[in-house]
Amino acid sequence: MLNYFPEEVLEHVFSFLTSHPDRNAASLVCKSWYNVERFSRVKVFIGNCYAIGPERLISRFPRVRSLTLKGKPHFADFNLVPYDWGGYVYPWIEAMAKGSTNLEELRLKRMVVSDESLELLAKSFPNFKSLVLVNCEGFTTDGLAAIASNCRFLRELDLQENEVEDRRGQWLSCFPDSCTSLSSLNFACLKGEVNVAALERLVARCRNLKSLRLNHAVPPDALQKILAQSPQLVDLGAGCFAHDPESETYNKLKNVMQKCSSIRSLSGFLDVNVRCLPSIYPICINLTSLNLSYAPGIYSKELVKLIHKCKKLQRLWILDTIGDKGLGVVASTCKELQELRVFPSDFYGVGNVAVTEEGLVAISAGCPNLNSLLYFCQQMTNAALITVAKNCPNFIRFRLCTLNPTIPDAVTMQPLDEGMYAEQLEMLSIAFAGDSDKGMVYVLNGCKKLKKLEVRDSPFGNMALLTDTGKYETMRSLWMSSCGVTFGGCKTLAEKMPRLNVEIINERDEMEGRPDDRQKVEKMYLYRTLVGPRKDAPDFVLTL
Amino acid sequence: MSPENTKELLESETSGGLKTELTLGLPGDSQVQKSGIKRGFTDVVHLNDAIAESQPHSKAQVVGWPPVRTYRKNLMKNGKYVKVAVDGAPYLRKVNLEIYSSYQDLLTAMGDMFTCLTICNVLNERKLMDSANGEEYVPTYEDKDGDWMLVGDVPWKMFVESCKRLRLMKSSEAIGLGSAAPSTPSKGSSISC
Repeated sequence: MLNYFPEEVLEHVFSFLTSHPDRNAASLVCKSWYNVERFSRVKVFIGNCYAIGPERLISRFPRVRSLTLKGKPHFADFNLVPYDWGGYVYPWIEAMAKGSTNLEELRLKRMVVSDESLELLAKSFPNFKSLVLVNCEGFTTDGLAAIASNCRFLRELDLQENEVEDRRGQWLSCFPDSCTSLSSLNFACLKGEVNVAALERLVARCRNLKSLRLNHAVPPDALQKILAQSPQLVDLGAGCFAHDPESETYNKLKNVMQKCSSIRSLSGFLDVNVRCLPSIYPICINLTSLNLSYAPGIYSKELVKLIHKCKKLQRLWILDTIGDKGLGVVASTCKELQELRVFPSDFYGVGNVAVTEEGLVAISAGCPNLNSLLYFCQQMTNAALITVAKNCPNFIRFRLCTLNPTIPDAVTMQPLDEGMYAEQLEMLSIAFAGDSDKGMVYVLNGCKKLKKLEVRDSPFGNMALLTDTGKYETMRSLWMSSCGVTFGGCKTLAEKMPRLNVEIINERDEMEGRPDDRQKVEKMYLYRTLVGPRKDAPDFVLTL
Repeated sequence: MSPENTKELLESETSGGLKTELTLGLPGDSQVQKSGIKRGFTDVVHLNDAIAESQPHSKAQVVGWPPVRTYRKNLMKNGKYVKVAVDGAPYLRKVNLEIYSSYQDLLTAMGDMFTCLTICNVLNERKLMDSANGEEYVPTYEDKDGDWMLVGDVPWKMFVESCKRLRLMKSSEAIGLGSAAPSTPSKGSSISC
C-alpha cells in the first residue's frame, strides 16, 4: 500500500476532479489529501452564503479563482421572503479584495448586489473575466458601467432575470475600444434604452462573441446589422422581433439569418410579430435549445409550425399556449428532447385551456431521454404520472404544478417510488399538500440525498419537524411557511442543534416581542452553518 | 377569483373522489381521509376573498401563487389585452393588441386562435369564414364610448387605443352596426364562419 505519494502527483490527479462534490469527497480522505486539495482548488461553490464566512473561504482555498454563491431561499422568487432579508455579496468581495485573491469569475444567484460591490469588484481584480448574475437585485446600470470600464479582460457579462434600476447612463459605451475579448453578453433583462451605435461597434470588434442576448430596446434594424457582423454566434437572444414584415429591414434580416448557421440556441422574443417568425425557419434544423417562454403572442398554430422544423431540439422552454396538441407535435418531432419547461401564460383573466396531463404523457412517450421537467398544468392524474415515470427513467429534475384549485396540489409519493427517484431526489417543493406529519417524515426518511426541502401551506407540525433533527445537518436548508410548526417547536430544534441557524421571519412591520411557545410560526427558514447566527439579520428576523 | 367561483370549488372538493384527484399518500395507504386541519388552496382563497371584497378591483390571489417569478409575470402584463368573444363559441380568448401592426395581422391572429376560421378576402372586405359550415363572422369592437363598431374603419393606432373588447359577430346580426365612416353594405371587414 502506497503511503508516500508525491504532492505534485496528487495535485495533478485532482486537476481532473472538476465537480465540487468530488473535490469535497477527496478532501475528506486524509489530512494530506485535504491539504493538497485545498491548495489546488480553483473553483468554489457555496450553496448558502450564510453557511460559511468569506474569511474561512480564503484561508481554506487561497488559490480560488472562481466563486459561486447563492443567497436567498428559493421561495424568495415568489415573494415569500421580505425585502432586505439578507444575502449581501459586498462582504465577500471586500474580503477577497483584502486577501488579494486572484478572482476571475463570480457567479451569484438570489443575492443583493450593490453598485459599490460592483465598483469594488471591477477595481480589485485585474484578471477578472466573468460575471454571471441570476435573479439578483440592488444594482443599477452605473454598476455595469464600472464593470465595463475597468475589467480589461472581460469575457462574460451574463445578466439573467435581475431587477436592475436603469440610470439612463451609457454603460455600453463604457467598454473601451481596446475591449475585444467578450465572448458572452446578455443584457436581456434590462428595461432601458441602450446606445445602439456603441453596441454595434462592440459586437463588430469582439470577434470571439459566441453568445449575445439583447433586450427589448434594440430596434429591428440594429438586430439585422448585428447579425450581419456576427455570423459566428452560437446563442442568440432576440429582444425585439416585431418588424414590419413588408419592410426592407425585414427582408435584410431574412437574408442575414440564413447565414447564421452556427446558431444552436435561440431565446428572447420579448416583443414579437408572428409574421416575422418564418425568418428563423432556415436555422431551426440546427437548434438544440429554444426558449419562447417570454412570448405570449405566439399562438399554438405558429408554435407548431416552428417546432416541426426543430428536429434536433434538446431543450425547450415554452408557454402553455402550445396546448396538448402542440405538445404532441413536440413528442413526435423532438426525439432528442432532454429538458422541457412549460410555463403558465394566463395570470390576468379568462384564457385558453392550456395543457393537461395528456400533453405530458405524450411527451414522455415520444421523448425517452427526458431528464428535466417543469410543468404547469390545469390538472394531473396519478395514473399519468406513473406512465411518465415508466417512460422516462432518467429524471434528475422534476417540478410539477397544478394550477387548478379544485384539485389538491400535491404529487403522490407512489409514482416517485415506482421510478425509484426518491433516493436521488435533491430538492423538493411542497405546497397545499399532505394530510399529516407522516408525509413529511416519510420524505425526510426516504430521500437520502435531499439537500433542500421547502414547504408551504401544508399541515406539517412539530412532530414532523422534530422527528429526525440530525437530518438537517445533511441538508443545505429547510423552509416551512404557513404550516403547523410552533414557536416552541422551533426553539426546541434550535436548542438541540447548535450548528443550525433557525430563523423566524416576520413581516417587516411586525416587530412583536417573543411570541408564546404555542403560537404558530408563519415563516421558518433553517440551514446548517459553521459560523453561527448571522450578524446582518434585519429586525424582523429572529434567529433562535 | 370571485366569491361565486370559490363556492363552486369548495363544493366540488368535498364531493366524492374526482378521478383527477391527487393525494400525498404513503405507499400502502388506502383512500386517505381529508383531515379537518388541512389547509386547502380554496380555504386560503376564501380568506383572501373577504379582503378582496372590500377592494372591488383587486383579485383574490394567494401570495406567491402560482409559483412564477415576478420577472416572468411582469412580462405577461405588458401590452393592451382585450377579450375576444366569438358568437357561439363557449370560451373567451384574450389578445394583446400592441403586438400587431395592422388589421391584417390581427385578423391572421384571430384566424390562428379560432382555428376553424379562415380569412376570406372579398372585394374590400376582410372576412373570416368557417369552411366547415360556411358561416360568416364580422369582427366588431366596443370602443371607449361603449358603442359597438365595425373593425377596420379607423387608422390602426386609433383603433388600438379605443378598443375595449372584440366580438366576432355573426354576419346576420351585424346589420345596422355603427361604423366610423358612412358605409355602404359591402364595406367593412367581416369574418366568415
